[in-house]
This record gives sequence, C-alpha cells and structure tokens, in this order.
Amino acid sequence: MEKKITLSVKNLKKVIGKKEIIKGLSFDLREGEVFGFLGPNGAGKTTTIRMLVGLIKPTSGTIQICGANIEDNFQEAMTNLGCIVENPELYPYLSGYNNLLHFARMLDRVGDDRIKEVTKLVGLTERIHDKVKTYSLGMRQRLGIAQALLGRPKVLILDEPTNGLDPAGIREMRQFIRFLAEEEGLSVLVSSHLLSEIQLLCDRVAIISKGSIIRTDTVHQLLANRERVIWHVQPLEKGKEVLGSLTGIDVTDDGAILTEYNEEKIPLWNKQLVEAGIAVTEMNRKMPVLEDLFLELTGGDTIE
Amino acid sequence: MNKLIQNEMMKLIAKKRLIVIAIIIGVLVMLFTYAQYKQVQTQREKLGTSDWRTILQQQIVDTTNRLSSSRITDEWKKQLQISLQQQQYYLDHDINPSEPGAPTFMRIFLENSIDLFIPLMVMVIASDLVSSEHSLGSIKLLLTRPVKRWKVLLSKYLTLCLAISLIIAIAGILSYLISGLVFGYKGWGAPILTGFNVTETGLNTSEVKLMGQWKFLLMDFGLVWFVSIVVGTLSFMLSVLIRSTAAGMGVMLASLISGAILTNMVSSWESAKYFFMVNLRLTDYMKGTAPPIEGMNLSFSIQTLFVWWAVALFVSFFVFTRRDVY
Repeated sequence: MEKKITLSVKNLKKVIGKKEIIKGLSFDLREGEVFGFLGPNGAGKTTTIRMLVGLIKPTSGTIQICGANIEDNFQEAMTNLGCIVENPELYPYLSGYNNLLHFARMLDRVGDDRIKEVTKLVGLTERIHDKVKTYSLGMRQRLGIAQALLGRPKVLILDEPTNGLDPAGIREMRQFIRFLAEEEGLSVLVSSHLLSEIQLLCDRVAIISKGSIIRTDTVHQLLANRERVIWHVQPLEKGKEVLGSLTGIDVTDDGAILTEYNEEKIPLWNKQLVEAGIAVTEMNRKMPVLEDLFLELTGGDTIE
Repeated sequence: MNKLIQNEMMKLIAKKRLIVIAIIIGVLVMLFTYAQYKQVQTQREKLGTSDWRTILQQQIVDTTNRLSSSRITDEWKKQLQISLQQQQYYLDHDINPSEPGAPTFMRIFLENSIDLFIPLMVMVIASDLVSSEHSLGSIKLLLTRPVKRWKVLLSKYLTLCLAISLIIAIAGILSYLISGLVFGYKGWGAPILTGFNVTETGLNTSEVKLMGQWKFLLMDFGLVWFVSIVVGTLSFMLSVLIRSTAAGMGVMLASLISGAILTNMVSSWESAKYFFMVNLRLTDYMKGTAPPIEGMNLSFSIQTLFVWWAVALFVSFFVFTRRDVY
C-alpha cells in the first residue's frame, strides 16, 4: 500500500553564475518515512534544502509540499513545513519561551497550549524561561525542534540534525526523529554526510554527488552485500591461500585480508583456518564507509 | 501584522537598545545643561548684568568687530552678516532670542542634534535590524514561516518608525526635565521669530513672523522626526544590503560625518546639494541661517530627502524579497 506523498520535488535545478550547482533533482517523500539525504560536503545538500524551505529560489523545477507549490503558494506550502537549516539559530537574548512565542506569532492558530505541548515533547519544560544563551547545544537543538514542530507540520526538514551533539545527544535525537515518523506520521527529511547516521535513522536514502542524485533506494537495499570482514591472520601467506580458496579476497596495505560478510559462512571459514594451523588474531565486521560506497556507485568519481 | 510588530518590539526591548539610547541622551543632556549654565554665568560675570538686551548688544558689537577683520572668508562673512542682522532685528523688536527656560534649551538641543546626534541614535537601532538576523542566522527561521517576505520586512520597518518616534520623544522629555531643573520649566509662550529669508543680497525680513515657542518647537520636532525617518530608512537599506552590521554602521557613520564636514566647504560645488547628508539641518531654515549651498531652502531639502527616502525604501524591499539566503 502506497502512502501519501507529502513532499514532491521535480527536476529541481539551480544555476549560480554560469555554474550549475544542482542538476535536476527529483524525489518524493511519503507520510511517516524518514528520508536521508546523503552526500559529502559540497555535494549540494544544503543548497537543495534551502530551496525546499524557500530560502533560495530554484532556477527551474517544482517543489510541492502537501500539494502546494512553494513558489505560487508560499504561505500554504510553508504551513505544512517545519525545518531546521544547519544549526537552529534562535535568539540568544530571548528566553526559550519567548523564542517559541515569537515563531508561534508567525503561524496561524498556534497558541499557548501548543507552545506548552511542544516544550513538553522535547523535554525543556524546566528551562523554558531561561535565556537561550544559557542553553547547551543539545538543548538548543531540542528548542529548534520544538520551534519546527509548533505549526503541526506534515513535513519536517532537518539539515545535519546531529551536528555537534555528543553521542548521548545523537542517540536521543535519533530516537526522537523515529518517534515523530512512526507515531506522529510525519515525513522527515534528514541530510547528513555520515553514512552510519543515515543507516540507523532512515528508511530510504538518496545519495547525492556534485548536484545530482546518483541513487535513491532503501537503506537495506543500498547496504546489502556491502559489509566486509577484516581478518588478521598468522602467517599471512598461508591464510591468503586458505581463504582465497573459499571466497573472493582482497588484501589491504597493512596486511589484513578482506572478505565478504556472510553470517552463515564466517564460522566455517574460521574453522578451516584454524584446522590449517593458522592463528586468527582478529576478525572484524566492517560497515562500508561513504567513500567506498561512493567509489562503487560512481565508479571512481572522487569527492570534490 | 500586529503580531509581527510585537515580535520585533520584543526583540528590540530584549536587546536593551532603547534603554542604552535613553541613558546616552540623558547623560548628554546633563552635560549640555551644565555647559549652558556655565556659559550664562560667565557672561553675567563679564558684563555684570543678566539683562538679555545688554548681552545681545554685546554680541552685536562682537560680531561687528569680527566682521571688520580682514582675515575671514567671504562665506563666513556672509554668515556673520546674516546673524548680525537677525540679532539687530530681535533687539529692535524687543524680543529675547534665547529666553531662558527648559523649552528654549530643548529647542537649542534639537537644533544642534538634528544632523548628527539624533541620526546616530536612530542608526544604532536601524543598522542591525535586518543584518543582525543574518549574522545570527535566525533569518533562516524567520523566512521559512508561512509569512510573505515583504510582510516580515514591513513589520521591521514599522518597528523602526515606532522606535524613532520613541527616541525623539525620549530626547524631548529628557531635555525638558533635566534642563528644567536648572533653568526652570517656563518659557513655552516665549516669542520666536521665524521666516527669515536668506537671499543673494542678504537677509530679507519682510516675511518674518512671531511665533510662540511651543509652536516653533512642534515644527522643530516634526522636522527632526522627518530627518530621523530618512536617516533610519537609509540605515535600514544598508542593513538589508550589507549583511555585516559593523560595515553598514561604518558606511552610515561615514556619510553622516562627511555631511557635517561637507556643509562647511561645498558652497562652490553646487551639485553637492543633492547629497542627503548636507540637507539634514532642516531646523536651520526655520532659524534663518545661510544654507550651505546657494539655492537650498526648506522645500528643496525636504524634497531631496524624500527622494532619498523613497529610493532607499524601494531598494530595501526589492532586494529583500528577491534575494537568496545562504
């Protein structure tokens, strides 16, 4: 069953000067999914996001938020959108509450009740009347989210939401985003340059490089068959021989052997090695890194 | 729109700008009151009397003496001649040009702060109204709300107009209250002469009218307000165009100061009269001092300032609604 499309981008382009920064992006966001926007710095993630939220005018292409075109029908489109672009830059000289009040005044039908509600949702009730300059980065981030949720948006756009957070904060943020998508049915678009983050957070991913989407797929599909196992064995030559006879191998510069990750076969290979009198000093499951994924997908196209 | 203006006011108050401005004005008024008080005292000691006629007479003698000196420039000479004629006129009609009291102090304070001091205070607020949102990054949140950009900017502009009115009110009230402690609070009805016409041949007194000081003050306030709005709008435009508050302030400050300097030396460069900064001393026309450049008069200056105002406002809105925000 297909869920409703909440954000639809068609053939989005941006030309600055003579340079085409964004070269025709198209993608859709559905209700209740977390969509990852993955690419290295400078790939055009931020420019795209700024076009989605109306800060930058696209050269061509259309953006629709819940059916409303952002250029013809700015007000209606923005009503259904909440966003944090880069860091949530709120007014440090105002209290958290006044910050929320400020942005609530810019929305229709958002009153004191809703402010209290979102404050509670992000767990800031105790500190809400303190000045924002006294907040920690994590608290600012949460206030930023509260601000984005004020207008009960259908689409939430978060640019690098875990930037600068400590591991606990990242975890918390991740759980919160999943909660919003699963329980509240929001569509969340998250950008990141960290594959591990996208992997844990998103349902689907678009990989963007040099202003084009090179692949859109579910996280599962994208990462399937791309995990590797690193073997450290003694002696190396004999180990290569044994493993090489069982599966395809690569040898790294620092003398480790790489094989595919296969849950069923790994113990078997290990057993074979041991039986051949080879000491296995280390076995390590390795997630693919973005760079490798890129190399694979783009066929050697390096990150600028 | 009301809510948006509330927002801007909330931010303005939280930044404590208005309080700082009120303190600056208060301190300056105290300084000037003291200076004025000292001046009156020395004069009294020198002349041995507090009768304003004697003092005015002495001033006329002083001016005549200075006029006979061969070292002064033609322009200065002309200026002196005009003020001499004015002083004579006041004396002939038995009117005290500076009736002591808080209203007179207020008038003199306004006349002297119209081209630099009050615009400076206005600038403190206007120049970071938009650029601070850029430097803070909050512009990204502000412009991603379901509110059209021109409305956001208009709310800021209206807030600026409110703040300007407030600053002028503060300047008026503080200068009245503080100086009144020393000079007394009387003098609203003191007669003031206005309508001196500076012409090629000198001072034309045919249209001179007598006016109650309160009426004169009201007109002064109107002119100061107009000048402040124009200067405020120009700073506002710079705040939109230049994302750095410091740079915008620098540009505005430079042009204001250059205006103060230019008025003293551009009398032969006629087209300089189209600069906004040489047109700021509107209250001088009411007093009847010689304009910095020949051919300038009250309506010319108001028109010139109006054109600058309209262009600045147009540019602000045009750029703000169209620009990509990075």
